[in-house]
Amino acid sequence: MAVAEKTSPHASQEPAQEKTWHGIVQQTLKRNDIRLVPYVPDRVLTALIKNLHADPYFTTFPTAREEEAVGIVSGAWMAGMKGAVLMQTSGFATLANVLASLAVPYQIPLIMFVSERGTLGEFNYGQALVCRTMRPVLDSLAMEHHTCTRLDEFEFIVDRSIKQAVTTQAPVALILSPLLTGGKVFDK
Amino acid sequence: MNAPVNPPDRNTKVMNRFDLTSRLVAKLKNEEAVVGGIGNTNFDLWAAGHRPQNFYMLGSMGLAFPIALGVALAQPKRRVFALEGDGSLLMQLGSLSTIAALAPKNLTMVVMDNGIYQITGAQPTPAAALADIVAIAVASGIADSAWAADEEDFERLIEQSLTAAAPALIGVRIDDKPGTGTTRRDPVQIRERFMHGMGVRQPL
Repeated sequence: MAVAEKTSPHASQEPAQEKTWHGIVQQTLKRNDIRLVPYVPDRVLTALIKNLHADPYFTTFPTAREEEAVGIVSGAWMAGMKGAVLMQTSGFATLANVLASLAVPYQIPLIMFVSERGTLGEFNYGQALVCRTMRPVLDSLAMEHHTCTRLDEFEFIVDRSIKQAVTTQAPVALILSPLLTGGKVFDK
Repeated sequence: MNAPVNPPDRNTKVMNRFDLTSRLVAKLKNEEAVVGGIGNTNFDLWAAGHRPQNFYMLGSMGLAFPIALGVALAQPKRRVFALEGDGSLLMQLGSLSTIAALAPKNLTMVVMDNGIYQITGAQPTPAAALADIVAIAVASGIADSAWAADEEDFERLIEQSLTAAAPALIGVRIDDKPGTGTTRRDPVQIRERFMHGMGVRQPL
């Protein structure tokens, strides 16, 4: 009996391990046919980036700047391939021009995951300051954004936000709070 | 004008953006995508005759190559051209490394180099007469990079790139003339028509 349970399809599809925020991102991207994931890395995103690289479903690679990644996924979407961009808060701060001149006016469903630095235990004053520019920029362009803090809501927010971005052809920023990810803390 | 458009030590003819763009467009027989960078680069693409496979940028300076890379990754069977000014490329030199790393076989990049920001008043770029953009591309890992010596050489390099097994970059020295036309600045229509041209959507 125990052997049968171990080898049943159900058991192999539903591993006993707990859900993680990065596992939810990976699975929800797949479910929504998002294959192209350029990124500028962040410590908090390490597990997600590693797992995306290990998964042949995804085309994932680093770019030199965040706006370059935005350009890449914009071009890919117009040619029929969906994408999402990973970055940290300070990277988002470099994007005002490309959001205002490409993603928003051309109506491109740009999907961004932003690992939030600068709050809830930040140790670098510059990060704390740049973080304060993020939501005002998003609000000034009337862009959809959510701050994700809870694991139990996370899949719902990610899945619905992706679907809304695609169907309304509007960008969305999903801000990954340290409450969700643990964030980055001072450890020298 | 304010800046030298042809540094003396380079054996390349000073050509014209609209003429070269027209020569390129005349060679396109297979619904190739063409991404035109901001300002004069896409104005001349527009003036060379609108095609549904053309994408015209109205901002986001420096992103012609990244946008074209995205198109090339999404449709590996379609040849993708990107036209970019030297000043624009200087804003996004890192994109050359990204493109070299991904090495799409279907991407041809053209850099229109006049050493000036023509559209803002012909001020020289910081690279004018000093930095060699083709050498930068080679050093970034794009081995298949070359200056076009003249118009015939440009056409030869374009044709060569059509069957290349790696991304190609063609540098052209151009004069200080402004663009020939002006793109209709309707971003939603530009995007929608481009999507029709890419075959991912049908007109309403």
